[in-house]
Amino acid sequence: MSPSRKPLPAWADLALVPLINIALAFITIGIIVWLIGDDPFQALKLLVIGAVGSLDAIGYTLYYATNFIFTGLAVAVAFHAGLFNIGGEGQAYIGGLGCGLVILAFDKVLPAWAMVPLGIVAAALFGAAWAAVPAWLQAWRGSHIVITTIMMNFVASALMVYMMVNVLIAPGSMTPQSRGFAPSGQLPALMGPTLNYSIVLALACCVLVWIFLWHTPWGFALRAMGHNRAAAIYAGTNLKRMTMVAICLSGALAGLVATNELMGVQHRLLLDFQAGYGFAGIAVALMGRNHPLGVVLAALLFGALQQGGAELAFDMPDITRETVVTIQGLVILFSGALEHLPRPWLQTLFSWRSR
Amino acid sequence: MTGSAIELVGVDKSFGSVHAVRGISLAIARGSITGIVGENGAGKSTLMSVLYGLYRADAGEIRVDGKPVQITSPRDAIAHGIGMVHQHFMLIDSFTVLENLVLGAEGGLLLAGGMAAARAELARLAREYDLAVDPEARIADLSVGEQQRVEILKVLFRGARILILDEPSAVLTPQETDRLFRILATLRERGVTVVLITHKLREIMAVTDHVFVMRQGQVVAERRTKETDTHELAELMIGRKVRLKLDKAALQQGAPLLSATGIGLVDARGLPLLQDITLELHAGEIVGIAGVSGNGQSELLQVLSGIRPPSRGAVRVGGLEVDANYPTDPAEMRERGVAHVPEDRLREGIVAPFQAAETSILGYQDKPPFSRNYLLDNGVVGRYCAGLMEQFDVRPRAPTLRSSNFSGGNQQKLVLGREMVREPKVLLVGQPTRGVDIGAIEFIHRELVKARDRGCAVLVVSVELDEILSLADRILVMFAGRIVGEVEAARADEGAIGLMMAGAS
Repeated sequence: MSPSRKPLPAWADLALVPLINIALAFITIGIIVWLIGDDPFQALKLLVIGAVGSLDAIGYTLYYATNFIFTGLAVAVAFHAGLFNIGGEGQAYIGGLGCGLVILAFDKVLPAWAMVPLGIVAAALFGAAWAAVPAWLQAWRGSHIVITTIMMNFVASALMVYMMVNVLIAPGSMTPQSRGFAPSGQLPALMGPTLNYSIVLALACCVLVWIFLWHTPWGFALRAMGHNRAAAIYAGTNLKRMTMVAICLSGALAGLVATNELMGVQHRLLLDFQAGYGFAGIAVALMGRNHPLGVVLAALLFGALQQGGAELAFDMPDITRETVVTIQGLVILFSGALEHLPRPWLQTLFSWRSR
Repeated sequence: MTGSAIELVGVDKSFGSVHAVRGISLAIARGSITGIVGENGAGKSTLMSVLYGLYRADAGEIRVDGKPVQITSPRDAIAHGIGMVHQHFMLIDSFTVLENLVLGAEGGLLLAGGMAAARAELARLAREYDLAVDPEARIADLSVGEQQRVEILKVLFRGARILILDEPSAVLTPQETDRLFRILATLRERGVTVVLITHKLREIMAVTDHVFVMRQGQVVAERRTKETDTHELAELMIGRKVRLKLDKAALQQGAPLLSATGIGLVDARGLPLLQDITLELHAGEIVGIAGVSGNGQSELLQVLSGIRPPSRGAVRVGGLEVDANYPTDPAEMRERGVAHVPEDRLREGIVAPFQAAETSILGYQDKPPFSRNYLLDNGVVGRYCAGLMEQFDVRPRAPTLRSSNFSGGNQQKLVLGREMVREPKVLLVGQPTRGVDIGAIEFIHRELVKARDRGCAVLVVSVELDEILSLADRILVMFAGRIVGEVEAARADEGAIGLMMAGAS
């Protein structure tokens, strides 16, 4: 490490680094596709057309992006508090349980204007409650939040299987899923078969998170805690309480995945509707620099990859579902785990240029 | 002995746009003690880091014993007989002296051979340089002065004939400092070349033969120590005349504003950190707490500012009584008019990635006018910070700049301004001028005296005895978690305080 490296200018940090990361990922993906024996440029073309080539495709991409926005925001909020919430998966799952329970209980009696907000609040509250357990363990018992949130994912999974198979299964059904929601418990569609009004909720959450983090005294204290715990104590912040606030908020955001998946698309409660989104949220937040705007952009990319990848697997026989997962994995690897790979080179370049 | 042990020719080093060392040429005589003085940021540490191979110079040449050498790492430096004793000791507390010595020079597959050879060499070095240390003692059991001797031995053990010491007296009592200087004199007699980096002019006068004064990355003067004095050196360092003495109005002691009775504090293992501390802070006085770092001063500040509840005893301030059963928090203490400038501003006082404006309201973020209707008014905060920067001369005047991009002195002025601008009743200040350059020290001292004259009760904790002596009206000396002495500043005797700091009385 040369000691003469300085922090990058903000625009390079926010735009250039992620772009280089994505470019590196796609170069690697191209090499893999070429090794399989296909034309990388043809594959890229199919991927892009599959993701944004038609209104239907765009609808799917945005629908996937909605989930990524919720889970990405969840990770970002916790991250600003210096906490790593790996439990988005379980919090989304239990959020779905809450959402489903409330709708199944009241959808026959309540009109949509009451049912929809109630479902949304239930999803958020159940997600927050599921996150409150590891938050409490972290704040009062010092149990590491990474470990406890991961473990809570398994507990959530087991609980959901029990609930679906034994309690909530629709009478006479062979698959473990509930009866369909009545129309009052459904979010109206926006475009194509999947995109629905939950994307508006997701964008509203971005704005609210932005206001909370940068324009309220609590957000200020939360970020102070994330950057420097000693300074937060000095400032008079109650770290235990702030840990609870941050993680419960994070869990609530993750729980809102249910509004898209259950209220928006499936219109029933079922197993594994959240599969993978919770974990992908980590990569989305990392790539989006934990900023709501960045999370939206990263979520759009991940949504496009999800949708375009599915089309790619369909059109190119040599490229299987697994290859598509590999492609997504590489993007996560380069933008998440190897996020700092090009940074030293850029820093050297910039400090050399500004000499 | 004659000739130069080290010659630097045209050494130049920049960090980005900061030109830290500007074409420095100097020669250090063999077998001498050479001082390098300068304000913080004058480039002395950078220059020595270049010499020790921690940084690579952009231009220039280093000659050891007249021969040009390439030094690109500390390993090269050691190979050329250059050793460095850092300000923060690089010792493993749970290892013995001997084990620390051998670390990194174990010599061979099995430890036993290297250890035996090291033991013999250590005995020889101890004899030759009069540096007796028990080789089997654990570092954790040694005093700070003894630990420093181990550091020096470590460097000599690796064959260094040129010894660089970076602010060696920062952690020592006056008595330990004297002992260090005797050791340095012995080293010089045995032909070792010593380079002493310091900002304490008294030490330069006491021990060096030669002194180089650095300012803004350049050597601005070279003097034989015999032919100069502290006033001339101080002027050369900052480039203008300074008052080393502080003008203060006569003491107007008022009512007690904060009182602590029988404060005790134990750590997680039940070991006492503070014992039976009783003190009163009156309006309009500055109380100084003298002591060697680590004798309970930090813990006392934590208790008085509400960060830690006392295990025993009580603190009374502004109608609030705080004890083990009724703890408080810093926010409540602020409500009661207690402001706190923490000892370690980087660790506690600022949030490094925050904008200066955000740091300037840390702890006050939920108070009006910064926060109204549950929203932070960033416009008000920015204007407030700009005003604070103007009033407390924080440079550059850039409220949106990252807090960590300000120099130490300017960070300190920002924190000090934040805590002082609301005219608190009680002001607790830890190490007001640690890592702060002379120009800023003057400013900070004047501001503290202004607060006192306004009727604020000021508590200053500092490891710089000079600072305590010039600021305080009343001096309390801490040792091993207790207050071991109290003296009126007017009648303070530095020698007597030094003995108390060492726990001798």
